[in-house]
Amino acid sequence: MTAFPQKPALIVAFATAVLAGAWTSPALAQSAATEGQKLAFDRGKGNCLTCHVIKGGDLPGTIGPALKDIKAKYPDRDTLVAIVTDEPKRNPQTVMPPFGRNRILTEQEINAIVDFLQTL
Amino acid sequence: MKRRGSVLIGSAFVALAALAFAAPRVVAADKIDPATEAKAFRNYFTAKFPKVKLDDFVNGPYSMNADMRKQWVEKEEFPPYEFAVDAGKEMFAKPFKNGKTYADCFPNGGVGIRQNYPHFDAKEGKVVTLELALNRCREANGEAPYSYVKDEMASLTAYMAFTSRGKPFDIRIPDDPRALEAYENGKRYFYTRRGQLNFSCASCHVQSPGERIRAEILAPALGILNAMPIYRSEWNGMGTISRRFVTCNSQTRAVPLEPQSDEYRDLEYFLSYVSNGLPIAGPGARP
Ligand code: HEC
Ligand code: HEC
Repeated sequence: MTAFPQKPALIVAFATAVLAGAWTSPALAQSAATEGQKLAFDRGKGNCLTCHVIKGGDLPGTIGPALKDIKAKYPDRDTLVAIVTDEPKRNPQTVMPPFGRNRILTEQEINAIVDFLQTL
Repeated sequence: MKRRGSVLIGSAFVALAALAFAAPRVVAADKIDPATEAKAFRNYFTAKFPKVKLDDFVNGPYSMNADMRKQWVEKEEFPPYEFAVDAGKEMFAKPFKNGKTYADCFPNGGVGIRQNYPHFDAKEGKVVTLELALNRCREANGEAPYSYVKDEMASLTAYMAFTSRGKPFDIRIPDDPRALEAYENGKRYFYTRRGQLNFSCASCHVQSPGERIRAEILAPALGILNAMPIYRSEWNGMGTISRRFVTCNSQTRAVPLEPQSDEYRDLEYFLSYVSNGLPIAGPGARP
C-alpha cells in the first residue's frame, strides 16, 4: 500500500516525457517504438495491418503500400506525423482514415507509431 | 506502381461522381442519365480488370483472386447454401393460415423473378426490394414478418434467386421524378464517406476491389448484389442483402441503418441498376 502512490507518478512522468517528445534517450525511444508497434497492430487502435504489409504483423491487407524503408522515404518525421494524423488532407481521395483528425489516435499515440515507422 | 495507378483511376471515377452531386440542382435535374452512368460504372470495372469476364464480376472476391476461386470451385461440389434453398422451397409451397401462399403475392408465382427487384412502386412512390415484398406478403396474409437479416428471410430469397439464376438483372427506372430521386439518393449514400474511419462504400468496393483487407478480398461493386443471399463461413450461416449492408456499416465503425430503411432501399436500387445485364447468381457462398 505504501508503494502504491509512487506508481502513477512514474507513469505520469513517463507520459509527460513522451508528450514532450523526449526522444533523446535511446532506451526511451526504443520503448516508444515498441509501444508504437503495439498501437499500430491493435485492431481497436491503428489497425494499420488492415491495409498495409508491415514486418512482424500477421494477416496484412494490401489496400495501401507495404510499409518498409520508411526512414529512407520519409526522413522528415513531421511528414509521417502528417500522414497518420490526416492523410485525406494530403490526398483527398485516399481511403486511409484521418487517425488524428477523427480522434482514433491521440497525438501521443501517433508519435509512438511514428517512432515505430522509423524503425521499418 | 500498379496500385497507385488504379487508386488514381478509382479516384477519378469517385471525383466524377462527386462532381455530379455538386452540380447545381437546376442543371442536375435534367442532366442525370442513369443509363449513361451505369455504362460508365461498368466500363470502370472492365477497364480496371480487363481479364475478368463481365459475367464473372457477380462472383465477387472469386473473380479477383485465383487461389480463392480454386477453393470455392471445390466447395461448390457440396454447396453450403443448399439447405437454405431446400427450406425456402418448402416454405414457398406451404400455405399460410388463410390458405394463400407466397406465390399469390408475386408475378409468375414468384419463380424466376429475382432479377426484377428492387422495383419502383409508383403507388407508394418508393423502392420495393424483394425482402420487403416478402414481408409485406406475409403481413397481408396475417402472418408476422421475419427478421430481415437471416434464417427464414435468407431461405426465401435463396430459393427465389435459385429459380432465377442466369437471368440478367433488369431494373427499371420509370419516367417518374421520384424514381430518379431514389436512384440519386442511393448513389449519394454509396459515395458518401461516414463514420470515424471516413469510409464510403466506394472506398472499399470501387477504389479497392481485389485488394486484401486483412484476410478478405474486396468484392467489386459491379455485380455485388447478384449472388445474394450468401452463405458465409464467418457467419456460420446465411445472410441477406440487409445483413451485408448492416455488417459493412458497423465494421467500419459507422452507425448502421435499420434494415429496409428508405436509404438502404435506395442504395439497393442504385447498386442493382448499375449491374443491369449481369446474371443472377444467388445464392452464393463466401469464405
Ligand atoms: C483503410 C486503409 C488504410 C489504413 C487502415 C491505413 N492506411 Fe496508411 N495508407 C493507405 C493508402 C491507400 C496509402 C497510399 C497513399 C494514399 O492513399 O494517400 C497509405 C499510405 C501510408 C503511408 C505512406 C507510405 C508510402 O510509402 O508513401 C504511411 C507511412 C502510412 N500509410 C501509415 C499508416 C499507419 C501508421 C496506419 C495505422 C495507424 C495506416 N497507414 C493505416 C491506406 C491505409
Ligand atoms: C472498409 C471496407 C468496407 C466498406 C467501407 C464497405 N464494405 Fe462491403 N465488404 C467489405 C468486406 C471485407 C466484405 C467481404 C468480402 C467481400 O466479399 O467483399 C464486403 C462485402 C460486401 C458485399 C457482399 C459481396 C460479396 O460478393 O459477397 C456487399 C453487397 C457489400 N459489401 C456492400 C457494401 C456497401 C453497400 C457498403 C456501404 C454501406 C460497404 N459494403 C462498405 C468491406 C467493406
